[in-house]
Amino acid sequence: MYNSRNIIIGLIIFAGIFTFPFILNAVTASGAPEPSLDTPEINALSAKECILDTDYMTSNHMELLADWKIAVVRDGNRIFVTDDGREFEMSLQNTCLECHSNKADFCDACHNYAKVEPNCWDCHVGPEVLK
Amino acid sequence: MDMNRRKFLKIGGAVALGLSIAPAGKVLAGVKGNYAPNPEALKAKNWAMVIDMKKLEPDVEACIAACHKEHNVPDIGNKKEEVKWIWTDDFNHLFPDEAHERLGEKYGKKQFLALCNHCENPACVRVCPTKATFKSKDGIVMMDFHRCVGCRYCMAACPYGARSFNFKDPRPYIKEINPKYPTRTMGVPEKCNFCAERLAKGLLPACVEASKNGGIIFGDLDDPNSEVNKVLNSEFTIQRRVSLGTKPKVFYIV
Repeated sequence: MYNSRNIIIGLIIFAGIFTFPFILNAVTASGAPEPSLDTPEINALSAKECILDTDYMTSNHMELLADWKIAVVRDGNRIFVTDDGREFEMSLQNTCLECHSNKADFCDACHNYAKVEPNCWDCHVGPEVLK
Repeated sequence: MDMNRRKFLKIGGAVALGLSIAPAGKVLAGVKGNYAPNPEALKAKNWAMVIDMKKLEPDVEACIAACHKEHNVPDIGNKKEEVKWIWTDDFNHLFPDEAHERLGEKYGKKQFLALCNHCENPACVRVCPTKATFKSKDGIVMMDFHRCVGCRYCMAACPYGARSFNFKDPRPYIKEINPKYPTRTMGVPEKCNFCAERLAKGLLPACVEASKNGGIIFGDLDDPNSEVNKVLNSEFTIQRRVSLGTKPKVFYIV
């Protein structure tokens, strides 16, 4: 091979730069956060389950809230009835936060990790505002 | 099974299509559960209000305070950026068509209560480009702050000055935040909502509750036997700026 020394050094530098983000992440990143369920309200529940199953809530809570907003504001329907007949007031501030009173360790933990910045809390009052 | 290339490709294509469509089922299934109104809610087809200034006068400030506390309305402290849902003003400002130079002291200096008129023909709803402001099925002119883009057309359209704009983050200007109700954010207008959130729980509006002498009467304009219609049938009432054709639903006994 001609110029093998330069080519090999160049390849090593290229590979180093190219894989730098991956290496950096592998070294520094912490694991995905486990949202904390340790609040007095949740501990008092016999079965630690949200209004719908946990998988659904984890992946679809934002769509659920968006649909709630339309039901409440536009149609005046303020009660959510689950398929097994349990009823909840559709309110982020008054229903969700009642159990998940640890917003910083529940909502924010994941949102910060995933770098999503939902604008819910610009208007809806989280517990940190009341302190 | 006899498998030639053509058949193989056909089956492969079908499987690939199926696999790529399958996740859509989850999305199209939508949200689980059903929605229902609160059974305790106060129901009406067309909410309306009569303000009896003769009885209301001592409670005016209490009404304003109750409303603004309930709804986290900020006290900005300067007239230019003030935010208000319910307020007071002179007769000749609120009723320019009825006012004249010789109104006299009794009515000329009296402070009248004013709020959103929840018009039957609301100009603000007509101009809103995003339908953030709309008329609900019980006749309340409502706002969906999630949709508002802050264009302020509604403020220009409203002939009653019922809308205030949040020129800055209102939270630092709220003395005590009511944790049961949201605040607003910078860049949206706000106004009275006839306490839609209280009606849904079976409560009368905060101002009606605060008017201890029965100075504010609240009821269904479409129900001939409602308290509002009884008053309208027996007393002389006026409205703000009738000539504009907005059909306000707040009536005054002066």
